[in-house]
Order: sequence, then C-alpha cells, then structure tokens
Amino acid sequence: MSQIRTALKFLTRATPRSLMLYYGVLAIWLLTTAMHIPDGYLSPVTSIIMFIIVLPFWGIGVRKLREKTTSRNVPLIALIAAFSFVIMMFNIPLPGGTTAHAVGGALAAIVMGPEIATMAVSIALVIQAFFFGDGGILALGANCFNMAVVLPYVSYAIYQAFSKNQPTISKRRIAGAALGGWAGLTVAAFFAGFEFGIQPMLFHMANGTPLYAPYSLSISIPAMVIPHALAASVVEGLVTALVVVNLQRANLSALEFDRKAKISPEFSGFTKWRALWIGLAVMIVLVPVGLLAPGTAWGEWGTQQLSRLGFAFIPEGMAKLSGLWSAPLPGYNLPALKNANLGYLFSGITGTIVIGIVVWLFTLLVTVRKSQSNEVK
Amino acid sequence: MRLSDPTVKASSPSPKQTHRSSFVERTLVDINHTLEQTLFAERTAREPGLLQQLDPRLKILSALLVLLAVGLSRNLFVILVLYFLVLVLAIFSGIPLAFFVKRVWLFIPFFTGLVALPALFITPGAVLVHLPLGLVITRTGLATALFLLLRVGTSVSVAVLLVLTTPWNSVLKALGVLHVPAVIILILGMTFRYIHLLLHLTNDMFLSRKSRLLRRMSRSEEQQLIAATSGTLLNKSLQVSSDVYLSMQSRGFRNYPRTMDTFKMRTIDWLSGTLVAITVTAAIWLGK
Repeated sequence: MSQIRTALKFLTRATPRSLMLYYGVLAIWLLTTAMHIPDGYLSPVTSIIMFIIVLPFWGIGVRKLREKTTSRNVPLIALIAAFSFVIMMFNIPLPGGTTAHAVGGALAAIVMGPEIATMAVSIALVIQAFFFGDGGILALGANCFNMAVVLPYVSYAIYQAFSKNQPTISKRRIAGAALGGWAGLTVAAFFAGFEFGIQPMLFHMANGTPLYAPYSLSISIPAMVIPHALAASVVEGLVTALVVVNLQRANLSALEFDRKAKISPEFSGFTKWRALWIGLAVMIVLVPVGLLAPGTAWGEWGTQQLSRLGFAFIPEGMAKLSGLWSAPLPGYNLPALKNANLGYLFSGITGTIVIGIVVWLFTLLVTVRKSQSNEVK
Repeated sequence: MRLSDPTVKASSPSPKQTHRSSFVERTLVDINHTLEQTLFAERTAREPGLLQQLDPRLKILSALLVLLAVGLSRNLFVILVLYFLVLVLAIFSGIPLAFFVKRVWLFIPFFTGLVALPALFITPGAVLVHLPLGLVITRTGLATALFLLLRVGTSVSVAVLLVLTTPWNSVLKALGVLHVPAVIILILGMTFRYIHLLLHLTNDMFLSRKSRLLRRMSRSEEQQLIAATSGTLLNKSLQVSSDVYLSMQSRGFRNYPRTMDTFKMRTIDWLSGTLVAITVTAAIWLGK
C-alpha cells in the first residue's frame, strides 16, 4: 500500500516535469530550423549591432569583387548564390527518419574562398528573407553573421588545415571538407544560441517579462548547438564531403579555382600559424562533445556564471530552470562539487573558444588587408 | 520554416503520402512549391491595388520602419493595432484576406508557437492560471509568449505584403535607396533569375531519376544521388556563370552596371509616406 502511495506520489510529482521536458525537447527540435532567425526573436538593438559586425565582411567581399576579379565574378557569385539557395531545398535523409537541409556555405567557401562565400550566402539569405519570409529582414545582420560569415570562415580554416600541401585528389581534403562543414555550422549554431540567450538578460520589462526570445543562455545555447551538431551540421558536412568527392572525380579544376583566383595561401596566416589553427580546429570540434558530455551541468553553469556577473534577477528563474534540466536524471545526480567543476571546465573551454574565434576573425581582417596592399604594390 | 502556400498544397501529394515518400519526392514537392509561390507573388504584384501603385522605394522604407516599430514596441496593443493596419492594407491591395492570414499564421503555430509554449510555464512571475498536473501559467509567461507570437506574425506579414504587392525587379531596384551598391543589386537580380534556372534543372534531374525508379532507394543510393546532383549542379553553375559572363561582355558590359532610374515620387506617394511616418512615430511613442 505504501509502495503504491509512493508510486502515486512519484507520478504526480513526475508528470508536470515530464510534460515540461516534452515541451522542452519539442522546442529544441523546432529550434533546429530557427537557424534562419525570424524578426521578433532579437531586439532591434541586437539586430543593428549584428549588422555593424557583418558590415566589414561585406566590405571585404565587395572590394574583392570590384578590384581582384574582373567582372567575371558577377555571374559567378550570382550562380553560386543560386546554388546555395537550391541546395537549401534538398531534404537530406538522416538515420531515424528525419531530414535536414544544408546551407552550402562550407562548399562555397571551399570552392570560392571565404570572402566570396560570404557574399554568395548573404545574397541567398537576402532573397530568402525578402521573398520567402524565411528569416527576418531586420534579423538579416544576425543571420548573415551566423551563416554567411561564421560558417564559411570556420569551414574554410579547417578545410585548409587539412588540405595544405595535399594533392587535389587527396583523401584528407574529403575529411577536411566533412569536418569543416560540420564544425562550421555547429559554431554558427552556437552563435545563434548566444544571440537568442542574451535577449532575456538585456531586454525585459520592469517586472521581468522578457520582450524577445524568452530563454536564457543556459537553455538557448544547448537548444541550438546539440540538435545542430546531431542533425543539420552532419548534413552540411556530408553534403560538402560528398560534393568534394564528386568534384575530385568530375571537375578537378573547381577545387583548384580558389588557388587560380590568386588568393594567396598565406592570406589568412594559415602557413605561419598552422599548428595554432589545427589546435583551434580540434578545440572547436571538442565544444559540442563537451556539450553532450556533462548533461546535467547546464543549469548549474548558467546560474553560477550569471550570478557572478551580478544579474540579481536571474537566479530565481534559473533555479527553476536548473530543476527542469536536472529532473530527467535524478538517479544520476552528480555530487554538487563535481557538477560545478564540470560546469567551470566547460564554461572555460567555451569562453576560450569564443575569444579564439574573435581573435582569429580579427587577424583574418588584418591579414586580408595586408595581402591586398601587397598585391597593389 | 518555409511559408506554406495553401494554393500549392492542393496540387501536391497528400500528407500521408509525403510522409512515406522518398527524399527525391520531398525535394520535388519543395521545388514546385517555391516555383509556384514566386509565380503567385508576381501575379498579385501586377494586379491593380492600393499598395501596387506606390513607389517601391517608399514601400521598402515604410516596411523597414514598420518592422522597427514592431520590434521596439513594449506594448502588446500597439503591435496588435499595427497588425490590423497591415491587414487593412492587404484588403485594399486586392489580396484575398483568408489567403493572407493563412499564409502567415498557418506555419507560425507550428514553429514560434511551440517555441513560445514552454515560456508560458517556466517564466517566473505572478500566477495567472493553475492547470492540472501542477502546471502554472504565469502572467509574465503569457506576456512573453504573446510578444513573441505577435511580433513574429506581424513582421512576417509585413514582409509577405511587400513581396505580394511589388514585382521582384522593383524591390531590387528600390534597394538602391538603402545605398546597396549597384553591383550587389545586379547580382541579386541575376541570382533570382538563376535560382529559377537551377530549380528547373534540379527538377528535371530528379524527375528523370524518379521516372526510372521501380522501388524505394536505399540510403546509400540516396546519398549517391544527392552527391551526384549537387556536384552536377555546382559544375553547371560554374559553367553557366562563365557563359553568362561571355555573353554579357559581348553585349558591352563594362565591369560596372548602369541602371535606369525610372521611379518617380507622385503626390499619392508623398501623401502615403507622410501617413506612414506619422503612424510609425505614434507607434514607437505609444509603445515605449
């Protein structure tokens, strides 16, 4: 009798949590398609800041178009952008009966170099936003940053690290393409999650009602990164690798196009700092692995991080959230100290990677300028 | 997150069939969907109506301002009023209201609605309703979910209305008013054209494959098909681009596009521009 009562008690306590979990999982699943951020998820201020962040990359792309390339590139970019658009329509089957689509940014970066890929993917995104309501118009800056800047540059760095001094038909290029595509989109998803997650912290009404995307970093980042790492990024890597294999068989010159176009190999410092880039690539690969491993550490990490930052209103909400996220695994509860350590370790890694990427993007900016001025001389 | 178009749905296979269909069929349905959607938009954009006769530059700027007002508003009522104004504009532009509302709201519950739903329960705040199973809807949770839904719905409506009432070429030309470089506008225009070409090409490739199929393809066969199709598409893109370049040069293209600016602001444009400015200012001020 007492057993039944405890079982009932367990059930009544467990049901709402499992319901919450159900909706949490559902929301996470649906967020995978939110890579195209619609208007309304980000505050106008964030949107404008994202535009400002993307602007220099567009500037580099436009200048590259104007000076380096004769006008041959005008139709080339148009076609590659159209290609990226069409590729986004391929529903690629995944194990388990689901489908996802690729962005094509990694492939564009491998074939045309990251600057031109930025332009091509941005143009595809503009057309999607204006014409198909896919992704917001104000949110274009954020979408272009995630999918047209982060994705091609990260993929290209990894592909280059793998294929340096390798013949065009080398197998390592295939591995580099697969890993580049996968890591590129996963890092892009991380940034999208970050952009969602800072909204409730920065933009809320006096009584704490979030005005835009309502979930904090501790929910939004895993919600974006984990499903992407498991589905959409896999597809991006798969498509990129398969097409590179196909090009190795059918059109070798396409893979050499990037070199022929006189983008010197050291333009982003790959030769000098090769070891560093490989290290960075390995770390980027480790991020999602780290995300998957600690599981229950999520709520913990967020509360500690944020309360240290001094957001007084967060902890009450977060306490609830961390309860939600640790609920599914009550039997596996780690001792608090161990849990916190994992959280620390993880946030440390994430922070390093974010800073690493930012520094890398800046060196990229600087070296691109330098190599351009060299060319002029 | 593609917008669903009820006019197309009727011609595509029933959901039960698509559920069990292969990758090829699903992609074919998607491609046809996109093609028909663009054709439908071009048709309504050329019909007579209130918004159709306005200057495209004005429409783009107004759309951006309205999006900004929707984004900035901290008042649900203001967003609601803006949404109804968009609906009124749609009616006067000869767009079937049921179609317009459905096109936006059919997919929002599936996407944003489900994203917003957990926020109802987990946002801390004053309790509004007690549900069975110990679930609690908070006042703040309801507010934040409504904010998200209304904002996304209104923003998408504005973008859809712009495209339904303006031919794509005019939208592009009007982007010049936002200081988008002419090269980019040229590329955008060409991209849009070649999206159609590539979609038709892909359609043909998949159809020809499908017409030779007697059974379902295995996963590895599907992957091979994807690789071959994507690779061929990329090669074709590269080849067509050099053909197009040669044909552009042979017709006298001199590295930079020249466009004819044929837009003219008339009285009705100035009038509606003023109205938009007043509405948006009021909305931003009231929504503070």
